[in-house]
Amino acid sequence: MFAQMNSALDFQAKALVVRAERQRVIASNIANADTPGYAARDLNFQDAMSQASGASALRTLSPAASGTSHARHLPLLASSGELGSAAPLAYTTPTQPSMDGNSVDLDRERSKFVDNAVRYESTLRFINSQSKTLLSAIQGQ
Amino acid sequence: MSMFSIFGVSGSAISAQSQRLNVVASNLANADAVAGPDGKAYKGKQLVFETVLMGADASAGVNVKAIQENQAPGRRQHDPNHPSADAEGYVTHSNVNPVEEMVNMMSASRSYQNNVDVMNTAKTLLLKTLQMGQ
Repeated sequence: MFAQMNSALDFQAKALVVRAERQRVIASNIANADTPGYAARDLNFQDAMSQASGASALRTLSPAASGTSHARHLPLLASSGELGSAAPLAYTTPTQPSMDGNSVDLDRERSKFVDNAVRYESTLRFINSQSKTLLSAIQGQ
Repeated sequence: MSMFSIFGVSGSAISAQSQRLNVVASNLANADAVAGPDGKAYKGKQLVFETVLMGADASAGVNVKAIQENQAPGRRQHDPNHPSADAEGYVTHSNVNPVEEMVNMMSASRSYQNNVDVMNTAKTLLLKTLQMGQ
């Protein structure tokens, strides 16, 4: 029963981490809007989410990071703390290329930032309402 | 928590943009300066930004790499009665183009505001995260 309670919140918790990660990437893009040669990056939410939820328990670290040097070593499991760092980052295609090699489209980044903030908040509300549902079920009032 | 590094990223951008505003201010202030006794007029300054990685993850802040001087020759004006005129009667002014500097100022101020906005949004989201489950 406890596993069922967890799995309801678990998905939203992972979505929240991926949203926070994307928020950070877009913030870096906006910060570097005037830096010559900077290539704008973005995170594919679907890929990051399936990577985070698909094999979260079974996902293992790369051989170098997990400390295995022999085929019979047991690999260390990746902790959820470094979920974000494994997220696939891609480069955006510039719509209006500029002469200094900067590919940040500020209008697009701003709209992505606001969009992502709203989705982050909606995920928070899902978590809040789910925990309220669980609490009222526990208290039985 | 990955969202906390937004403050570092946007903070570095704000500091870089305010430095750019500072340089624009000195350029505009010296736009009408004439050459001193050494015959060298004020040269316009420009900042060069570069991306600096913050921490192990993919957050990219901004750093001012260099302050470069515009090497274009200063504007020369024929004014033989001016105390700073040279032997041919020309006065050398600074090479600052006020129109360019005004455009630079608008761009810097807009980028500054954008980054302040980003920080405000990140702060709101983090505060709402703190209130989770209440």
